[in-house]
Amino acid sequence: MTNIAHETISLAVNGERREADVEPRQLLVYFLREQLGLTGTNVGCDTSSCGACTVLLDGESVKSCTVLAVQADGGEVTTIEGLASGDELHPVQQAFHEQHGLQCGYCTPGFVLATVSLLEENPSPSEEEIRRALEGNLCRCTGYHNIVRAVEAAARAGA
Amino acid sequence: MIPAAFEYQRVSSVEEAIELLGRDEDAKLLAGGHSLIPALKLRITRPTVLVDIGRLGDLRYVREDGDRIAIGALARHAELAADPVLGQSCAVLAHAAGEVGDPQVRHRGTIGGSVSHADPASDLATVLLALDADLVVRSPGGERTIQAGEFFTGPFSNALAHDEVLVEIRVPKVEQGVYLKHVRRAQDWATVGVAAAHVGGRVQVGLASMGGTPLRARAVEDALAGGATPADAAGHAADGAEPPSDVSGSSEYRAHLARVLVRRALEQLS
Repeated sequence: MTNIAHETISLAVNGERREADVEPRQLLVYFLREQLGLTGTNVGCDTSSCGACTVLLDGESVKSCTVLAVQADGGEVTTIEGLASGDELHPVQQAFHEQHGLQCGYCTPGFVLATVSLLEENPSPSEEEIRRALEGNLCRCTGYHNIVRAVEAAARAGA
Repeated sequence: MIPAAFEYQRVSSVEEAIELLGRDEDAKLLAGGHSLIPALKLRITRPTVLVDIGRLGDLRYVREDGDRIAIGALARHAELAADPVLGQSCAVLAHAAGEVGDPQVRHRGTIGGSVSHADPASDLATVLLALDADLVVRSPGGERTIQAGEFFTGPFSNALAHDEVLVEIRVPKVEQGVYLKHVRRAQDWATVGVAAAHVGGRVQVGLASMGGTPLRARAVEDALAGGATPADAAGHAADGAEPPSDVSGSSEYRAHLARVLVRRALEQLS
């Protein structure tokens, strides 16, 4: 298995067109981190459980440790680096900041992108809907109460 | 964790996929990848070629077809959970699709992939079994239909030949159905899952995580048909089953859970 052909992929990452040759087995998260240098997307469990690697693929939250880079070919990916406009934080980022929706911060990029995806699908979620929608993201500092408050604040802000 | 190396072929038709599968017995189909990619990363499976059918948009639908609903194999869990036709005519399946994994998994995972993976803990497979779903399979020579009751042949094993592709799932319209599962933590696989629905004048019951495949609780169904109360019928939920013992629960605990969840499901149903 030494002569596996690389695949050429072309995708938009944070609005910027990227072309690259990747091994078929290259996972999207490592493509983002190691080939594009976008290290804001974290690897936590590496087993589709913790959600630290959550990014948006064509507008929907996905765990980038469980997507092959070749599957994202032709798509649009948004990472945490792509949310702010210049110095102005995205409303969800602003809400996490103001509500102290983080402690160590490792899970935060994933939570923020899961929240962006949730509010796209459901702009005014109830507390229960928020908690269910964040089931795929783990915070080991047990910051869930403030995270839920941050999502509520972001929804009120019309994020 | 990095998968072992494989070749990648993205196909533009089911026929092309069948041909590629036929050429190499170690080739494997890729749909949403949410069962396969974790297995690749653990190197539980090491295919030589991944045949990606994930972009076959003509396998991504839900539509009424007479007294049944036809679901394309590539319909994703999130789409099924929100589908108005399914919500109206087979709400138990829409509900179960919304219980799979977590939102990120539901955005990518497909019903066909989940069913083909044949995990004994699968929420959707258990509901399809209780509903007597038909699974439509494309073969090199044409098409055939496999009943859900014949599809699951063992843990992670199904009745598909190597060069066959599951293309459609057909379910009856059901007015009343329930899917309940107990999980140890959010997003865990079901420690036990129970599907119950009125199908063709009978109550049919499916069980997840109670054996090597999703199971029908025949003893419960027969007791109900014989006039037993839900509570009495539920006492038979684990009859004949050999539930596994693992970190989520012992065999005895699973048998207990099955009796409790079947009773609750039947009470909700009646």
